[in-house]
Amino acid sequence: MGRFSALRLLYEGLTGNRGWTPHWRDAAPQPAYDIIVIGGGGHGLATAYQLAATYGQTRVALLEKGWIGGGNVGRNTTIVRANYLLPSNQGFYALSLRLWERMEQDLNYNVMMSQRGVLNLCHSDAQRDAAIRRGNAVRLSGADAVYLDAGALKKDWPFLDYDNARFPIRGGLLQPRAGTARHDAVAWGYARAASDRGVDIIQNCEVTGFDIRGGKVFGVETTRGHIAAGKVGVAVAGNTSRLMGMAGLRMPIESHVLQAFVTEGLKPVIPGVVTFGVGHFYISQSDKGGLVYGGDLDGYNSYAQRGNLPMVEHVAAAGVSLMPMIARARMLRSWGGIMDMTMDGSPIIDRTPVEGLYLNGGWCYGGFKATPGSGLVFAHLLATDTPHEVAKGFRLDRFARGHVIDETGHGPTPNLQ
Amino acid sequence: MIIYHPLLGPRDSDEFTYLGDASLIDRPDGLAEDAAARFAEYVYMRDNPAGTHRELWFHAAGDQSWLVVTRNTATHEITHVELASDVARARRAGR
Repeated sequence: MGRFSALRLLYEGLTGNRGWTPHWRDAAPQPAYDIIVIGGGGHGLATAYQLAATYGQTRVALLEKGWIGGGNVGRNTTIVRANYLLPSNQGFYALSLRLWERMEQDLNYNVMMSQRGVLNLCHSDAQRDAAIRRGNAVRLSGADAVYLDAGALKKDWPFLDYDNARFPIRGGLLQPRAGTARHDAVAWGYARAASDRGVDIIQNCEVTGFDIRGGKVFGVETTRGHIAAGKVGVAVAGNTSRLMGMAGLRMPIESHVLQAFVTEGLKPVIPGVVTFGVGHFYISQSDKGGLVYGGDLDGYNSYAQRGNLPMVEHVAAAGVSLMPMIARARMLRSWGGIMDMTMDGSPIIDRTPVEGLYLNGGWCYGGFKATPGSGLVFAHLLATDTPHEVAKGFRLDRFARGHVIDETGHGPTPNLQ
Repeated sequence: MIIYHPLLGPRDSDEFTYLGDASLIDRPDGLAEDAAARFAEYVYMRDNPAGTHRELWFHAAGDQSWLVVTRNTATHEITHVELASDVARARRAGR
């Protein structure tokens, strides 16, 4: 494969670019592995990479029903941040942000990580107080945050509607180390780095059932035959309930559709990521120039990967009230991804009642930013059978025990989170 | 999506608020021996099928009725709509 470097780029450029090869091996399934990871999205790929790179596992396979980068890792809005309030989340996301900062060096891959900052606006005194409290908590966890009042915001964000009659902008909580990354490159970079370390990345291989005998998993049934495994890790996002259903398990999860949108390419105008404290509108500008934005879930169970028009209208209205200048930008595309919404809005990384079967899911609409951290802690769980220090709260049985991690205080209402 | 309300005819889904799986009609007996376990199951666990799903919708911007809508979660196609009160009554009669 060879390392990527500026020198190699120059050499290939001068010699007709004939030395480039596919970034990962398109492996065929072997009869048996020590560990199988199901799901070739960001989390599955990061897990497979960490199993090989950090935990020395050599017989690892990653099964993907479609192609690498075809699921939510290629459908999200590419935002990376670590501004959570609850202790069970903070340590995890702070770790994940640190891993983002060194991902390009770890993977030897340009993921276009851009720490352009994430700004959460507030519109009332109460929201300002809550933002400052959150900022203090985030700083204690090891991530960063700074509160800016409206006067300070106007320097970098002059185009916001500060004097909006209904939602005037009082200030905002900025996380300077947060930002965006090229989502496809994250998938490709992890696939290449995992493949280089001996992981078999097997595409077009859909899991159709589990080989479970006496409460223990011995392998998986797939569209490419039976594959034996000592341990099986599941990281399949919106399909978590379906797959765990094949193992006879019910999940505290509903699958919902979240839409996202992009405009035509425009000259640079939005310096970072900004979120409106009203209606959950958020927007950033891609390096290509398109305004990338989105809002709330459509609000009903869905596996359709597309939403309906009322939410399109709602998101567009929220965007124009936040920054009237985008009213004449033309929407180029919209799409939907399927979110595995848990009953408290926080993820699950845990063993299951089936021995040897492990779950990494329930990332709701926040999976992308968690990718490197999720891979590390899930690999830790798979390799050592003990939860990683920063993921101890993400237990599957926390709901029945009453130890929910309800960041937004919504209660068990996935469609409203 | 258009929801065919049994009393009001075709209505835009935007007039409704969604609650979730229609099995939420069957609230467990709070005095049962195993009430805590049953409520944990009732409040938190879902079948979450990809395909036919019976679910509760509330006509918030309309006549304030609860409906049981049978909808395909893979295609968003709605095949059947009933008043939730009728469904609940039929369930009680069937016991």
